[in-house]
Amino acid sequence: MEPIIHINQIHKYFGHVHALRGVSLDIYKGEVVVVIGPSGSGKSTLLRCINRLEEFDQGQIVVDGITLDSAENINAVRTEVGMVFQQFNLFPHLSVLENVTLAQTVVRKRNPAEAKIIGMQLLEKVGIPEKAQVYPLQLSGGQQQRVAIARALAMNPKIMLFDEPTSALDPEMIQEVLDVMLALAREGMTMVVVSHEMGFARAAANRAILMDEGQIIEEAPPNVLFTNPTNERTKLFLSKVLL
Amino acid sequence: MVNSKNENNSKNGEKKGYSFFFDRWWLLLFGVLAIIVLLVIFKPDPFRRIIIFVYDGIWVTIFTTVVSFVLVLIFGLAAGLGRISKNIILNGMATIYVELVRGIPLLVQLMFWYFAFPSVIQEVGNAFAISSFATYRANPFLMAILGLTFCYSAYMSEVYRAGIQSISKGQMEAARSLGMNYFQSMRFIILPQAIRVILPPVGNEFITLLKDSSLVSVVAVADITRRGREFMAANFIPIQTWVMVALLYLVLTLFSARIVTWIERKTKLER
Repeated sequence: MEPIIHINQIHKYFGHVHALRGVSLDIYKGEVVVVIGPSGSGKSTLLRCINRLEEFDQGQIVVDGITLDSAENINAVRTEVGMVFQQFNLFPHLSVLENVTLAQTVVRKRNPAEAKIIGMQLLEKVGIPEKAQVYPLQLSGGQQQRVAIARALAMNPKIMLFDEPTSALDPEMIQEVLDVMLALAREGMTMVVVSHEMGFARAAANRAILMDEGQIIEEAPPNVLFTNPTNERTKLFLSKVLL
Repeated sequence: MVNSKNENNSKNGEKKGYSFFFDRWWLLLFGVLAIIVLLVIFKPDPFRRIIIFVYDGIWVTIFTTVVSFVLVLIFGLAAGLGRISKNIILNGMATIYVELVRGIPLLVQLMFWYFAFPSVIQEVGNAFAISSFATYRANPFLMAILGLTFCYSAYMSEVYRAGIQSISKGQMEAARSLGMNYFQSMRFIILPQAIRVILPPVGNEFITLLKDSSLVSVVAVADITRRGREFMAANFIPIQTWVMVALLYLVLTLFSARIVTWIERKTKLER
């Protein structure tokens, strides 16, 4: 089977910092992959390379058969890949519903009525249809992140990327976001999640990956990786995270 | 995000303690208007005569300012986008333009456009035997608007640049990750937010432009200032003339400031 995301030996420099050192990774359709690792290990950078928010210096990424090279290809990939950010990045000047419909009408060229129906269905799905006319800054963090997920889903992506989706949330709001992600995983969405939520990883992930210093150190099913790591650096990191 | 409750409170507080229709700026504007009316009624000679004499100049000032400003909004945006562009050529051109124009007094620039620029065109026309160029005559209005636009677009580009850069990088990333291209992201996401941020400085630019438009009086445009000078030359009453000219500018600038405040309130983000 062809991988839906094929990452081949990519290198990324920030000035003199070698942020990604020859990372290779294949992700298959319907897989949920959780990436963990200390801060500065390159996990967010790797994620951002997949939809080319970050340019890489060497190597190759192929997403759903499209090579990330030309501007058209990058936009084509971006419509197939949804992204959820740590800081939500909702559009504060648009209502919740407009947040979810704008890209549908501008990029997917759906007519506004159709986009609205799809938008409401998705708000239903993430559990906040009653907030459709409200502005994002009036919502709690957990609600904002759920809207952000609905906004990404509105483009009918084949792949969803989550960049520390719960790191900016108050503890009591984390679960509502994880529940939405869990439901998405059960529907068979291909997901790459940078997160230290071990509970989510155990419940939903097929694979967990530990990154350190720009390299993939170890990869295994989450239960194996969390309980029986073979690499010393994995053990060290997990001992700090799992207290 | 975190402060949304506080923001709500302060907005409500503002509504209660603060009446839009009757605050000190309206008082100031009506005060100035009242002084003009009283002067015209009780001292028609010379004040009524001054107003009648400079009346067409008021419209010239308004027309020159508004037309220039609309052009400034367009070209300033283009130059501002150039300034933040990663394209070396666009960025370089925009930077050179802004730095040069900001370093030359507006009066000197207006002199150039009215006196020097037509001569340049005539020289070119003579050299290449293009008769329409060789007989080119400068239109004062056109050159005044060109001069003001050229200069103020440079200032405005910096306002746009600051406004766009004040919007968090995540907004552009979110827009791009949804598949929008650069211009769609600017048009639908970045600019609508940036414009709210820059409204006060943009309003400020408008009022400054309105006042600086008095400089076009030196290039044969019959605005308020030039009409005032003509009246004074004919009647030798400098105090009354320049007091009235100053009052007329005050009405225009105070009124403009009111409009800017009104737009700001209209476009305030709901929180």
